[in-house]
Amino acid sequence: MRPMATTLAKQVRPWSPEAGRTSIADIVGTPGPVLRCLQRIQQDFGYVPADAVPLIADACNVSRAEVHGVLTFYSDLRTTPPPAVPVRLCGAEACQATGARQLRAAWLDACQQDPALAEATGVNQSVACLGNCALGPAAMVDGHLIGRATVQRILQMVADLGAAKVLQR
Amino acid sequence: MTRWFVPADAAACSVGADEVASALVAEGHRVVRTGSRGLLWLEPLVECEPAPGEPRIGWGNVTAELVTQGLTPDLPGYLGAIEELQALRQQERWVFERVGVIDPLDPADFIGHGGTAGLRAALAASPQEVVQQIIDSGLRGRGGAGFPAGVKWRTVLQARPARRQGEPAHAPVHKYVCVNADEGDSGTFADRMLIEGDPFTLLEGMAIAAHAVGADLGIVYLRSEYPRAISVLERAIDIARDRGWLGRGILGSALDFDVEVRVGAGSYVCGEETAMLESIEGRRGMVRAKPPLPAVAGLFGTPTVINNVLTMASVPSILARGAEQYAGLGRGRSQGTCVFQLAGNVARGGIYEMPFGISAAELVHELGGGTRSGRPVRAVQVGGPLGAYLRADRLDVAMSYEDLAAAGAMLGHGGVVVFDDTVDMAEQARFAMEFCAEESCGKCTPCRIGAVRGVEVIDRIRAGVRPQENTELLRDLCEVMADGSLCAMGGLTPMPVLSALDGFAEDFADTTRGA
Repeated sequence: MRPMATTLAKQVRPWSPEAGRTSIADIVGTPGPVLRCLQRIQQDFGYVPADAVPLIADACNVSRAEVHGVLTFYSDLRTTPPPAVPVRLCGAEACQATGARQLRAAWLDACQQDPALAEATGVNQSVACLGNCALGPAAMVDGHLIGRATVQRILQMVADLGAAKVLQR
Repeated sequence: MTRWFVPADAAACSVGADEVASALVAEGHRVVRTGSRGLLWLEPLVECEPAPGEPRIGWGNVTAELVTQGLTPDLPGYLGAIEELQALRQQERWVFERVGVIDPLDPADFIGHGGTAGLRAALAASPQEVVQQIIDSGLRGRGGAGFPAGVKWRTVLQARPARRQGEPAHAPVHKYVCVNADEGDSGTFADRMLIEGDPFTLLEGMAIAAHAVGADLGIVYLRSEYPRAISVLERAIDIARDRGWLGRGILGSALDFDVEVRVGAGSYVCGEETAMLESIEGRRGMVRAKPPLPAVAGLFGTPTVINNVLTMASVPSILARGAEQYAGLGRGRSQGTCVFQLAGNVARGGIYEMPFGISAAELVHELGGGTRSGRPVRAVQVGGPLGAYLRADRLDVAMSYEDLAAAGAMLGHGGVVVFDDTVDMAEQARFAMEFCAEESCGKCTPCRIGAVRGVEVIDRIRAGVRPQENTELLRDLCEVMADGSLCAMGGLTPMPVLSALDGFAEDFADTTRGA
């Protein structure tokens, strides 16, 4: 395996309350803004920092509890910085029928043997279905869909994207 | 000039279509990126139009290396004329007519293949006439519930537009058209492929709906797991506005209607229509009690049409080709075509748009070619994670709303997932409960608590702890969930569980002995 870049930060802005307020400015006035504010914050900063919650509550004129409730309901939303090259393995029925359970076990094994790989990929963020059900098992590496996935193909994609991120910096 | 066609569909790209397209460009070819024909086992499928107007010829399972060596008719993957392929000829494509054929974001290509004909026909008719045509076509909701689309539209047409909740008295009144593209069911991908392959058709259907019910605002709720579809649809909306297919005075008529995309956030239950409304309103995706129906008080309290992508995308061709012709297809009260999606362990998986009434066996064995692994088919799950597992010897059931219901199953969103004989059906039953526990919105007790208890009871049965007593308990629990849950999440989770228990009892017994 090629050497892994493990400490790569996502290409996102550093968080500050001022930057956060700017980021959501065009959403606050629209109907039903809370979820979109949280999604925008995550898109811009990679995750939803703790002090984004009171900031959104204040901007949207709702309680902190309301914002916290939305934040914790949706599995996409995260409160810690994401891994450099997040990996998601599809675990739903159509992929189970083509070996998703075995793929998951093999992938967890690979991550266990290589802590750098585990750190760079976050091991596995579970996902209900990736919509690639005729070409399973499916995996997604940093938004890139892989069909008929194997550990080898996932590693290749992780390495390719990891390298691309180094070049971007 | 010779043109080459390579899908930019997410599934095709997941097995190398982007690399193939790059290789063709590097060879100096003119390449058009299309959607996928839906013959997914052949992806990446490359097509070549030797000269304008000539039939396209194709190659399946192309790699960048093959492109560099030169694509010739003597290669094993050579398919000949694409339109002559049996897998396409036996289909009856209404919704997927243009998918895989046109450049999804080229408005001229869209019009050249019949695009906007349905919208023009609709705008020439009154809203009542359009609603009547949809009623006459027999079109029913393809999201899973199968409610007659025209009846829903009529309810919204008759409802008075309303101010959005919480807005001041002088604020404008609205009706909404919402498209549910939160395609969370495992084994289904037709919404994604339609949006990636022919997004203008969806927007056209929405504009027709807006005219029919008097709506001014449209929203497509699209899941975050589909990044390509999001990007295609957002670009399509911009282009449609430029072309006057959205916005003020659509196609020179009095219709004002605009559409925006809302992206989901990884919640399965938000595919339930009222949870989806909550999510669009920015809250937790908690299911609402009905009534009021969304058609009366839906998004932000305004009258709202909610249809699945496939329902809405059926509308333009119905208006263009005629409701009568559509209604003449199918079986009984399941009229028109259904976009079946063959998935899982199947040799020829993909999109099969056919009239209702084909049997599950024909779909799986004749069209699908049996399992990909080459082992015997053992079980087929129809209708997503909340659908029943059919035994391999019970596949003679016709694929229609009524026939499947009579067999204790359901059509759902048209997904058909094939399993070979290595499947452990007790494990699949456990997964159904586990999935429900994970994805339950938590509003009603049978679903929230029942799913957790369901996992525990199945674990006890599999461990051989008082199996008979616990099996009885599981059936009792399933009855409570089916009868007492607020929505289909808890209400239908018993379907895969009980169908596994009834049809594959030996798997539950085997694990008992194994433990």
